[in-house]
Amino acid sequence: MARYTINVNGESKQVDVDSDTPILWVLRDNLHLLGTKYGCGIAHCGVCTIHLDGDAVRSCAYPISAVGDKKIVTIEGLSENGDHPVQKAWLEHDVPQCGYCQAGQIMTASSLLDQNPNPTDDEIRRAMNGNICRCATYTRINRAIKSAAKDL
Amino acid sequence: MTKVKTHLNRRSFLKLSAAGGAGLMLQFSWFSALAKENPKLEAAYDLNGFIKIDSNGMVTIASPNPEIGQNVKTSMPMIVAEELDVNWKHVKVVQAPLNTGIFTRQIAGGSQSINQSWDALRMAGATARHMLVEAAATAWGVSASSITVNESVISHQASGKSAGFGEMAEAASKLQIPKEVEVKNIKDFKIIRHSQYNVDGPDIVTGKAVFGLDVYSENMVFASIVHPPAFGVKLKSFDASEALAMEGISDVFPITTYPEDFERNYFDINAFPELIVITGDSTWRIMKAKKTIKAEWEPFEPYTIKVKGFGGGKPNDQTVPSGIENTEKQYAAMIQTSQANPKQVRKDGDPDKAFSQAAKVIERTYTAPYLAHSPLEPLNFYANVTADKAELIGPIQTPEYMEQSVAQRLGMSLEQIDIQMTRIGGGFGRKLFGHYLVEAAVISQKIKKPVKLFYTREDDMTFGAYRPMYHAYYRAGLDADNNLIAFHVKAGGIPESPLYANRFPAGAVSNYLAESWTIESNITTAAFRAPRSNFMGAVEQAFLDEVAELAGKDPIDFRLELFDKAIKNPVGERNDYDAKRYAGVLKLIKEKANWGTAKPGLERGVAAYYCHNSYVANVVDLRMENDKPIIEKVYCATDCGIVVNPIAASNMVEGGSVDGIGHALYSMLSIKDGVPQQRNYNDYQLIRNNDAPWDVETHFVESDVHPTGLGEPPFAPAIGALANALYKATGKRYYHQPFMVDIEERYLKKETSV
Repeated sequence: MARYTINVNGESKQVDVDSDTPILWVLRDNLHLLGTKYGCGIAHCGVCTIHLDGDAVRSCAYPISAVGDKKIVTIEGLSENGDHPVQKAWLEHDVPQCGYCQAGQIMTASSLLDQNPNPTDDEIRRAMNGNICRCATYTRINRAIKSAAKDL
Repeated sequence: MTKVKTHLNRRSFLKLSAAGGAGLMLQFSWFSALAKENPKLEAAYDLNGFIKIDSNGMVTIASPNPEIGQNVKTSMPMIVAEELDVNWKHVKVVQAPLNTGIFTRQIAGGSQSINQSWDALRMAGATARHMLVEAAATAWGVSASSITVNESVISHQASGKSAGFGEMAEAASKLQIPKEVEVKNIKDFKIIRHSQYNVDGPDIVTGKAVFGLDVYSENMVFASIVHPPAFGVKLKSFDASEALAMEGISDVFPITTYPEDFERNYFDINAFPELIVITGDSTWRIMKAKKTIKAEWEPFEPYTIKVKGFGGGKPNDQTVPSGIENTEKQYAAMIQTSQANPKQVRKDGDPDKAFSQAAKVIERTYTAPYLAHSPLEPLNFYANVTADKAELIGPIQTPEYMEQSVAQRLGMSLEQIDIQMTRIGGGFGRKLFGHYLVEAAVISQKIKKPVKLFYTREDDMTFGAYRPMYHAYYRAGLDADNNLIAFHVKAGGIPESPLYANRFPAGAVSNYLAESWTIESNITTAAFRAPRSNFMGAVEQAFLDEVAELAGKDPIDFRLELFDKAIKNPVGERNDYDAKRYAGVLKLIKEKANWGTAKPGLERGVAAYYCHNSYVANVVDLRMENDKPIIEKVYCATDCGIVVNPIAASNMVEGGSVDGIGHALYSMLSIKDGVPQQRNYNDYQLIRNNDAPWDVETHFVESDVHPTGLGEPPFAPAIGALANALYKATGKRYYHQPFMVDIEERYLKKETSV
């Protein structure tokens, strides 16, 4: 066990956990920030995606000991009132089916648009390839990203 | 006017309500957002178990069925709201708990939620509206028939009186629920047939929607399982000393989910009824510690289980065979068994004679592998079992069935079992089979604490209950004028046959033979999105494409010719489809996809299929790049009767088509020495964004016919259209799924020589 002070959604949080604990389980089991989901534990499905200093990162395979003073943003902290352009576009296109993967999709998409505000279709598909949607809402995801890019 | 019978009366309803069973609110101590989702409505009046109205006129509608992504949590309440004549903006939707006294068929399965609950949902809205009108009539001293309701406002034109629902809710809640009630003319629908956004959308995009794994309570213990690594073995002994010495681990012990004399229901499929359980104070510590448990496993002898049918009743004995399976041998066994003596299921005319007289005969064989459902939310459940009550919360497609199993296993009555349903993070059939719910309950009862049982992805993928392996042989005979005069289908699988003997082209061919066979196995299988149809629809449509080609006919015209025959002069009396509606979706896709034209560089294939009461036709446009298909467009034409919620219906058809295409291209679960060879998403391939169709365009047949479901029907025809387009693009026919794996080279060539 070790004590860590981490910055999550702009707030400083103290947690007492094993040093190899992935950020995902610190968020869920310790901080009860439950929007970030578990899917595979090996960074292959993307449902656990968060932002670490703005970069999309798979939180299931990123140990708390490696976070340091990097800023963590989760789906709960992406916007104040759920009104990030990507979130709004997701609603406009009625993207979700089961909804389980969508927080991860939104975190990857918002990071993409931060770094590339006007991505081509091909760039969107490649950037989103690490996020599985088992309901296969890919066409709506990609359309929503295009819409959000226009609104940025 | 259409009238529907009601099945509720106030006495039975109040009884349930008093017991808390009808409650729309979860009385529970949550860390999570679920408490916010289901707030207490102190001043709300219960009209009939589906509907509560508070004094301000806010209407809360309980959505009865599990929400698994098929969007029933929006579409079912829409039907209630339509008949209630409430403004949709005044509606709040909550997930109902399991309550068989009020709700009918609380199951997410078979694409039947809308189809089978349509009348009950209309009844719920119409009875509440009726009671509000009665209350207003009494209050105003006027006749009920002179009162109108429009968008949450009750009016009496002659006196100029009007009231909101909130003002009449208390009085209405004290009235008898009518035995029979009028429902609207479908031409007057204002909510149904108009797109309404997913009611949980805002929660989903902000991470607030609650799934099973998001249930946390005070004093809750985390638990996971260790199951046999291979099918055909069981637990012999284990040493957990290393795990028990690790920080945060409380206990390691064996459990038996289903004892040998347990009367299993239809959904109690379980390859591993004996497990090792590990409990502790966090998910991560359990994940680490469970890997250190050293277990010895031993092959089991054949054993008998008692299993009830789908409709319940007395259980039958079933034998679970012993043995250690291998995929290669399973393919060989399918080939051999197909060539042995299959069981005849249907015969029309004289197929032998017709084939011997045919000018051209074509025969083809198709296969498909095991598939793991692998919903992104792995199996999990929360249980809090005390001496007099079992509280169970989580993702389950069959709460009605699992309530019975849990009661039997815990030695409790049905009244003591309370099942609450979270959103389900995908199921595709896997979460019909609720052994994990029973396991959670058994663990909680044993340790006398609330427990959250979680499976890791690897546990989920290697636990069995797969889509069966399938094999189908087809043969068709054409006469000298290229008319289809003989058709033969022989299908089987491990452990079930996918055959539907009475589906198309049965009824459209004078000489028809359908045969079936099965092979037993201890590898468990389970309903997977569009069970059996997911294979038969795909391969039948690929075969018909080849037959049309042999006949020198356009594939759509060829099918329409057959449907024309089935309409005018059907063969046999038990044909499970409506040939006019079948032809209808083909005509619609022909028009919408501009069939007959070609886009430069793209090749196209077509298919159509009927299953789960709905009809879907597809056209797929693709090109090959580095031996992989780039699917630029999928067109879908669907006939599901009345389209309740167009935007959601379209989403279902889009996703279902892409899901079918993805599994047919990439997915396969193989077995070596009884051990599943794919354990996680690094080796089990699902379709990803970069491989998915670029665009899916959906069209629906305009119809006033009773609505039917969409979860399953779009899956199979998309595969058929894909296979037919791949042929056009590559010159090669694709017979063995997944198409991107060379099954023939890897499994079929060597095994036929064994």
